[in-house]
Amino acid sequence: MALLEVENLSIAFGGVKAVQGVSFKVDPGIVYSVIGPNGAGKTTLFNLLTGIYTPTEGDIRLEGTSVLGLAPHELAQRGMSRTFQNLQVCMNMTALENVMVGAHLRLDRNPLKAMLRWPALRATDLALREEAAAHMAFVGLQDYVATRADAMSYGALKRLEIARALAARPRLLFLDEPAAGLNPKETTEIDEVIARIAASGITVVLVEHDMKLVMNLSDHILVLDYGKKLAEGTAEEVRRNPDVIAAYLGAHA
Amino acid sequence: MKSSNHIGLLILAAILAALPLVFSNAYYFDVAIRIAMNAVVVMGLNLLVGFAGQISLGHAGFLGIGAYASAVLTTAGWHPLAAMAAGAAIAGMLAVVVARPIFRLKGHYLAMATLGLGIIVAIVISNESAWTGGPDGMPVPALSIAGFEIAGEKRWYALAAGLLLFSTWASLNLIDSPFGRALRALHGSEVASQVVGVDVTRYKLAVFALSAMFASVMGSLTAHYTAFVTPGLAGFFHSVELITMVVVGGMASIFGSIVGAALLTLLPQVLATLEGWETVAFGSILILTMIFLPRGLVPTLAARFGRKA
Repeated sequence: MALLEVENLSIAFGGVKAVQGVSFKVDPGIVYSVIGPNGAGKTTLFNLLTGIYTPTEGDIRLEGTSVLGLAPHELAQRGMSRTFQNLQVCMNMTALENVMVGAHLRLDRNPLKAMLRWPALRATDLALREEAAAHMAFVGLQDYVATRADAMSYGALKRLEIARALAARPRLLFLDEPAAGLNPKETTEIDEVIARIAASGITVVLVEHDMKLVMNLSDHILVLDYGKKLAEGTAEEVRRNPDVIAAYLGAHA
Repeated sequence: MKSSNHIGLLILAAILAALPLVFSNAYYFDVAIRIAMNAVVVMGLNLLVGFAGQISLGHAGFLGIGAYASAVLTTAGWHPLAAMAAGAAIAGMLAVVVARPIFRLKGHYLAMATLGLGIIVAIVISNESAWTGGPDGMPVPALSIAGFEIAGEKRWYALAAGLLLFSTWASLNLIDSPFGRALRALHGSEVASQVVGVDVTRYKLAVFALSAMFASVMGSLTAHYTAFVTPGLAGFFHSVELITMVVVGGMASIFGSIVGAALLTLLPQVLATLEGWETVAFGSILILTMIFLPRGLVPTLAARFGRKA
């Protein structure tokens, strides 16, 4: 069964139909990329899938069960996590604490036990510290464990978001333009990180502009244009599709 | 917990233990007791305002609920602890009930709504004169637990100092826990905390109720300590005073809450010698603090000396 099924998904903001009748399936264990020219509706599609927006039409199913209309935190409980194109890092906390927040759902959140320094709660918290540091090392941030988030570079914060998402131990991870604004060296590093995430068995849905990264990583690619599905297939199929070439390079038909 | 927090706790314990040795009369004890009680309320308020980033301009309302619950119920023959618990339960429940609609608001609107809430509590207390004595206030029976009466400045000081130390320890534990991290995360980025599973509304509600209960319990103790309560305890000016203590001491700083409470409780005493000019001096000191120490005393000074508070 497909892990994620999207059927006839649409949303309109006033008169603007940002996403129109998009359907696709994501099989477990793959890297599924969504590409398209600027303004094609990629980030809007992401916001629909992760519960930030509610679609005006259509259905989203996770392992066959509709998750339509669920809030982001409820989707997180069902194993979905994401990063953001525009950074969403808690600048009032350290890098490690940001990652620890990712593990929120697995922890004992009782405030009274916390106040009384309940031994079991302290023990899991200390174990989590180790685990969060491991997630940071996984994305190459081992030198930033004690750093405050507001003292980190843009490229490091991009990776911090991935570490936080991984701490949630998701089955399905949405990465919204993880390479945006990165230099070529940093992009290569992100490429390797995503490959390692996929190798660990997490299904990745990726929105990205960097074609080299997309073609290199993706098992399957969905092309959006003007909010509609333009094409779908493997990297090779999409690369040769005349509609895709026209959308990216401009058509003279 | 960070090692600087351990040191801070030890210093606090040492100061609290040493103060009675240098206090020469009851007046000093009285000031210290009021500082400690204010500090606990401010700490609870700081959890809401400084850590979770939600403003409350009506917090004295919750303090008033605790104070009057103790006053009215112990006068009616209740056990003081039962009255205190009832007050905290009422304050907590009121917080939860009003928080749902209130926390849909942000910024100035949230400030206005909480301000209104505090004022309503003060008005209700003033108007229900059959129970509360109205604007004239009412006397409160002494606090005695299992036959042991908390009376005299030394016993009250021991109680207030013990509570302050415990609250500091508990608050430091809380902010360094999953619950506390979720609070700070929703302050930093609501959407980021949502996608990792933080139910933002529930956490705002929980911390609002928690800080309301902090205020209510301390309101009950204040009522027993002063042996007399008036509606001013729940009034707008008291709410502003509490918020000022948070801001001057330092947002999101537990030790800052103590410093803020100490400074704003002491200043009026020190400035009283200025006869009529004390309000001017008081205001000037606040303005200067905000200009030169915008993050509040403790965080600014800690950053200057290269350590985090």
